[in-house]
Amino acid sequence: MPRPHVRAWFDRLFDLLPPVTSLGAALAVASILLIVMNANVGEAYLALAAGAFGTENATAETLVKAIPVLFIAIGICVAFRASVINIGGEGQMIAGAVAGVTIAIAFGGRLPPLLVIVLSLLAGFAAGAVYGGIAGFLKAYFNVNEILSTIMLNQVAVQMMNFLLNGPLLDPTEVGTNHIPKTARILNELQLPRLTIGWFDGVEVFARTRLHYGLILAILLAVVVYVLLWHTPIGYRIRAVGFNDRASRYAGINVRRQVVLAMCLAGGCAGLAGVVQVLGLQYRLQTDGSPAGFTANAGFNGIVAALFGGLNPFGAIPASIFFGGLLVGAQNMQRDIGVPASLITAVNGIIVIFAVSSQVFVQRRRQRRRNIEINPPTTASSPEAAAATRKAQA
Amino acid sequence: MTENGRRIDTLEMRGIVKRFPGVLAVDHLDFDVQAGEIHALLGENGAGKSTLMKMLYGLYQPDEGSILINGRETRIRSPQDAIAQGVGMVHQHFMLVPSLTVTENTALGIPSKWQLDLKSIARGLDELSEKYNLKVNPNLPIWQLSVGEQQRVEILRALYKGAALLILDEPTAVLTPQEVDDLFRILHRMTDDGRSIIFISHKLHEVLSISQRITVLRAGRRVDTIPTTAATKPLLAEMMVGRPVVFEYARRATQVSSERLRLDRVSALSNRGELGLKEVSLTLHGGEITGVAGVSGNGQSELAQVIAGLRAIKSGTITLDDTDVTGKSPRQRHEAGISYIPEERMLDGAIKEFTVAENYILQDHARPPFNRGGLLNLRAIREACERAVKDYEIKTPTTDTPIKSLSGGNIQKLILARELSRSPRLLIAAQPTRGVDVGATEYIHRRLLEERANGTAILLISEDLDEIFALSDRIAVMYEGRIVGVLPRESVTLRQVGQMMAGAAMDAV
Repeated sequence: MPRPHVRAWFDRLFDLLPPVTSLGAALAVASILLIVMNANVGEAYLALAAGAFGTENATAETLVKAIPVLFIAIGICVAFRASVINIGGEGQMIAGAVAGVTIAIAFGGRLPPLLVIVLSLLAGFAAGAVYGGIAGFLKAYFNVNEILSTIMLNQVAVQMMNFLLNGPLLDPTEVGTNHIPKTARILNELQLPRLTIGWFDGVEVFARTRLHYGLILAILLAVVVYVLLWHTPIGYRIRAVGFNDRASRYAGINVRRQVVLAMCLAGGCAGLAGVVQVLGLQYRLQTDGSPAGFTANAGFNGIVAALFGGLNPFGAIPASIFFGGLLVGAQNMQRDIGVPASLITAVNGIIVIFAVSSQVFVQRRRQRRRNIEINPPTTASSPEAAAATRKAQA
Repeated sequence: MTENGRRIDTLEMRGIVKRFPGVLAVDHLDFDVQAGEIHALLGENGAGKSTLMKMLYGLYQPDEGSILINGRETRIRSPQDAIAQGVGMVHQHFMLVPSLTVTENTALGIPSKWQLDLKSIARGLDELSEKYNLKVNPNLPIWQLSVGEQQRVEILRALYKGAALLILDEPTAVLTPQEVDDLFRILHRMTDDGRSIIFISHKLHEVLSISQRITVLRAGRRVDTIPTTAATKPLLAEMMVGRPVVFEYARRATQVSSERLRLDRVSALSNRGELGLKEVSLTLHGGEITGVAGVSGNGQSELAQVIAGLRAIKSGTITLDDTDVTGKSPRQRHEAGISYIPEERMLDGAIKEFTVAENYILQDHARPPFNRGGLLNLRAIREACERAVKDYEIKTPTTDTPIKSLSGGNIQKLILARELSRSPRLLIAAQPTRGVDVGATEYIHRRLLEERANGTAILLISEDLDEIFALSDRIAVMYEGRIVGVLPRESVTLRQVGQMMAGAAMDAV
C-alpha cells in the first residue's frame, strides 16, 4: 500500500484522466487513419498544431472559431444537466441570428448603437429560447422525443432562413440580380469591436486579427451559467430534474416547467451564438443554402465541447478553444500535407466516445474510493453515538 | 436420501476470509451445518452474511480458508458446482421467469442433453411437492402464483436439483404471518428428512422459533454460535449491534387531538391502470400513530401517494385541518404541513447524485434561509445540514459527500431529519425501516414516537407487522385497495391482522 499522500496525489492525477485518455485514444485512432492514408503522422500533427496555434493570427482564428462553439456548449451544459438531449443548437443559432440581424437592420441608425446591440442580443437570445422552448414544450407535455424534434427543427430553421434571405430579408442591392442569399450589411457602429490584448511594452496582441468581443461575452455567459447552475434555486431544480425526475416531483418541483426552461436557456445561448456571429464577424447574415451554410456546424461541435468539458461551463471554455483549434488546424493540415480536413470530424466523434466512457470509468473508481472511506471494515457504531442513545433512553 | 443420492452430513467453513478493495468483508470466519439442522445466520446489513453464503454457493471465491463437505475439502467454483455438491440457494429476490410454468422454470437450470423431458420433470416436481406438502401445481405459469407460492417454487426447484443443504436468504420478508407458519412447517419436514437449512434473517423472533443453532455476525466476524435454547431476543440483538437494544418502547399516553386528516371515499388508479384504491375513508388525529398493515401491493403505496399529492385521485376528498387539499399540488401540501418519507428511498426520497447537503434542501431550496435574493446560501445550507447530521447521528464524512455512498440507514435518517425539520402536521412514513440496520431502526422508531408526543399525526405504512404493533395506536388493514378494518392496537392480535391481510372480513376474525 503506498503512503497516503502519494495515494491522494495519484488519485488526483487519475481524475484528470478522462480528457487526457480520450484525447490520446482519439489521436491514436486518427494516427491509424493517417497511416492508412499514407501520410506521415508526426508531420500531420505538427501541421495541425501549427495551423491552430502556430502564429498570432492562427491563434486568433482558433479563438474566432471557438466563440460560437462556446456559446452553444454553455447552453448544452444546461440542457444536458436537465437530462434534455438538445441536438438543436444549429436551428436555435439560426433563429437567434435571424432575429438579431432583423433588429440590427431595423433599428440601426435610429437608436443609439449600444442600445441596438443590446436589443439585438436580447432578440437573438429570445428567438433561440423560443425555438428551443418548442422542443422542450413538446417533450414536457406531449412526450415527444427531444432528440428527434430538435434535429427536425434544425431543418425547419435552415429552410426558413433560406426563405427569408432570398425574400423579405434579402439585401436590397442584390434584388433582381442572380443574388447569393444574404441580408444587408449592418452599420459599422453596430459591429462588435475587435479584441486586442495589451501586452507589456505597449505591444498589442491580436491587433490585426478578426478576434472580436464575442469571446468576452461568451466567457461572461459561462460565468453567469455556472452561477445559475450551482448557486441558484433555478439551477438546483434543473439539476435535480436531470438526475431524478421522480424525486423532483416528490420535492414539489414542477418537472415539466424545468424541462421547458432548460431548453429555453439552451436555445437562448445558441441564439446568442448566432447574433454574435453576425455582429462580431460576418456583419450580415449570409448562407450558401446548405444546412451548415451559416453555422459551420457550431451547433454540433458545441455538444462535443460541452461533453469534453464535463458539462461545466468553465470546462467548456478550454474545450471549445481546443475544438476551434482542431477546425482551424485541420485546414492547414489539408493544405500542407494533403490530408482531408474531414479526418478531424472523425477525431471529434472518437473523442466524444472516449470522453464519455472514461468518465464512467473514473466515477466508478471514485465511488469505490468513497465507499472505502465511509465504511471502513471494522467500524461498529461509534462510542459517542451509543452513549447519546443510551442517554436518550434514560 | 435425496433423489440423486447426495447427502451432506456436515458442511464446514474454516477460517474464511474475503476481501473487497479496501474492505475486509469476511474476516477469518468459521461456520458449520449438520444434517437435519436449521442453522440461523443473523446479522445487520453489511455484517457479511450474504458474502459468506455467496462463497458457499460459488458466486464468490474465498481469499483464504477452506470449505469441507462431509469432512472433505471442496472447492465450489460456480453455482452449478454448488448444485452438483448438493448446495441450493433461494435468493431474496426470486429468480423466476414470470411467463414460464413451474416446470419450465425448473428445466431452465438443468443442462439438457438432446431433448428436454418436461413430463418427467413435472412428475418429479409433483412427487416432491407431495412429499413436502409444498402445494405447487407444476403446470401453472409463475405470474399466476402468489409471492408465497413463488417462494415454494424456488424451494421445490432447489430440491429437484438435489439440494441437500438449502440456503434461504431472508425468506420471510415477503410473507404474511400465515405464510410464514406454512414455510416453517415445510422447513421442518425437510430437516426431518435429513436435509439441512441455513436461514438468513434479521427477524429475531423467527430465528428463535425455527432454528436449532444461531450464528451471529458483526462487521465480517463471527460474534458467537449458540444453541437457540440459550438465546433470547435481547441477547441476540446485543450480539448483532454490539450494545443493548430496546424492543418495547415506552409509549406514553399522548393527548390525541381532534381530527387532522380526513380521507373521504378516495379512489385512485394504480400504475397498472386498475383501481388501486377503492373508496378509502380514513381519519387521522394529532398525537396518534395509525399503522397500515397489508401484504405489499394492496394499495398502501397508492394511499401514501394520494395523501402526498403525487397520485391523482378519481373521486373522493382529502381534508387537512378542515381545509380541502384534494386538488393541491405536492408543494402546496408540504406548505400545508404534510411530510412524507417515501418507501422508495433512492427513487423518490433522495437524488443519489446529489450531496448530503443538497438532498437536505430538496423541498426547501427556494425558501429562506437557503435562498437569499435568488442565490443559494451555501453556508446556511451547510450549517443546517451539519446540525441535522449531528442531531440525527448520521454517519457521513462531510455534508458534501454524494448521498449514494452512505448506508441505507444513514440515508433514511437524513430523509427523516429533512421531513421533520418542517415540524409537520402530518407525517406519512412508508416502510421507514426497510433495509435499515437494527441500530438505525431503533433510532427511527424513537424519533417517530417523539413526533407523536409532539402532537403530529403519523401514518405508518409497513410490511413489518412487528413494527406496526410496536408503534401504532390504531391499526388499519388494507386488502385489495380497501381498508378492511381500523382497530385499536390493544384489541387485536398479530394473528387477526394476518388473517385480515389475507382477505378475511373483520367480523370473521
